[in-house]
Amino acid sequence: MSQSARKLVDENGIRTDGRKADEMRPMKITVGVLSNADGSAYIEQGKNKILAAVYGPREVHPRHLALPDRALLRCRYHMASFSVEERKSPAPSRRELELSKVIREALEPTVFLEQFPRTSVDLFVEVLQADGGTRCAGVTVASLALADAGIPMRDLVVACASGKIDGHIVLDLNDIEDKEGQADIPVAFMPNLNAITLLQMDGLLTIEEFEKALNLAIEGCKRIYALQKETLKAKYVTAREEEQVE
Amino acid sequence: MSSIMVSRIRQKQIAQLVASGKRLDGRGLTDYREIKIEPGIIEKAEGSALAHIGKTEVLAGVKIELGEPFTDRPNEGALTVNSEFVPLASPEFEAGPPGEESIELARIVDRGIRESKAIELENLCIFPGKKVFVVFIDAYVLNHDGNLIDTAGLAALAAILNTKVFNYEAKDDEVKFLPGFTQLPVVNYPIPITFADINGKLVADPGLDEEEVMDARLTLTFEKTGKVCAMQKGGRGTFTKEQMLDAVRIGQQKAEEIRKTVV
Repeated sequence: MSQSARKLVDENGIRTDGRKADEMRPMKITVGVLSNADGSAYIEQGKNKILAAVYGPREVHPRHLALPDRALLRCRYHMASFSVEERKSPAPSRRELELSKVIREALEPTVFLEQFPRTSVDLFVEVLQADGGTRCAGVTVASLALADAGIPMRDLVVACASGKIDGHIVLDLNDIEDKEGQADIPVAFMPNLNAITLLQMDGLLTIEEFEKALNLAIEGCKRIYALQKETLKAKYVTAREEEQVE
Repeated sequence: MSSIMVSRIRQKQIAQLVASGKRLDGRGLTDYREIKIEPGIIEKAEGSALAHIGKTEVLAGVKIELGEPFTDRPNEGALTVNSEFVPLASPEFEAGPPGEESIELARIVDRGIRESKAIELENLCIFPGKKVFVVFIDAYVLNHDGNLIDTAGLAALAAILNTKVFNYEAKDDEVKFLPGFTQLPVVNYPIPITFADINGKLVADPGLDEEEVMDARLTLTFEKTGKVCAMQKGGRGTFTKEQMLDAVRIGQQKAEEIRKTVV
């Protein structure tokens, strides 16, 4: 991340895409979007477009990976080759392997894995278009896909990034803000359990700035949490209505 | 790291001790094991250092080569950090391509060095957009007894501090090497501090058996003025916000102490 000539926040505190410091990008979430998967969800957050699917609990392949006391949660975060400005090789990069790990670890605390020993729950996050903050949107949408698959969970996991751009602490960084800003902090949170399940940071922050940014990210998570719950409920309302018509 | 199984009894013992503010090896909760740095032990590398934290050993070597810059940073030298979990370091390590633990470790160390701007990469550009020096840092784990991240971070920092760059002359798209070397320009000193969460308590510098028992892991990297420049949570557990803020405060102090053993 480097300081750039471009201004990311103007004199009125407005960001390049017209948002205020604590404003999030418009977000749209739907669940049950793929017919083959046991659970699925789709999110649009700004220009981010991400699909998540869950298969399982199912038999583990290869079998020797099976755990005697709980289910094996596996996660693959992947970006489509056309999801970014310059074509990305479809082979998984080191970044994607790291993100697969942190997304899995962000969701592991919420799933009652011990109820399904010797099985696997496989989670696939496919980024169709990326515009900054894909790991957070990925966690948010993956947690809905798990819920849609009917897998027992302690809470929904919701993620949102905060960061520092042009000296301001702001919420939900877009791609330019992520690349040219001074710090980026993705946070995943379980609001009902008050627990942080993912936290990363790069950039430069004083302890005071970090505290402020962490509070802001958690605040953002709580706002998305409301939308997550609404989305899940809406699916069942629609299902019930369809049943009544029949 | 899901490695050597600690017996259930020992697990219980560690957790109970931590609950009363003690540890199996007699350390306080925020104490580090002994740290030792041996710089410059590989003559053929442009820079190197072996770092010990307790019985954990990581050897970092630096090689410098001519190469192309990253497309989004045409005026800067390139930096790549890689780590190898060599099978001789632990019965749990296997030969083969790097696993996710190894990739994560390398990326945490990379972020610390990059975000603190430890190396003045602008000074490693020869022909903008075409030719630059590429700094390869490879961290080899030689013995695994817990807290590989901090050990690798210290080894990498100590290694770049004794790294030499070839003298050269740049004329009409040609690079001619001259006799002698200059010091790699290192201007910041990132120190990673790792905590384990064991039954809700923060424990600094977890040993291997503590890593077996821990619920989650948190690494904070501090640069020389005490700002945080990188963070990473790992593991299946969770942290509260209050724990995060505690970790940042304790970590800042620890980093200051540990920096003196390297710089």
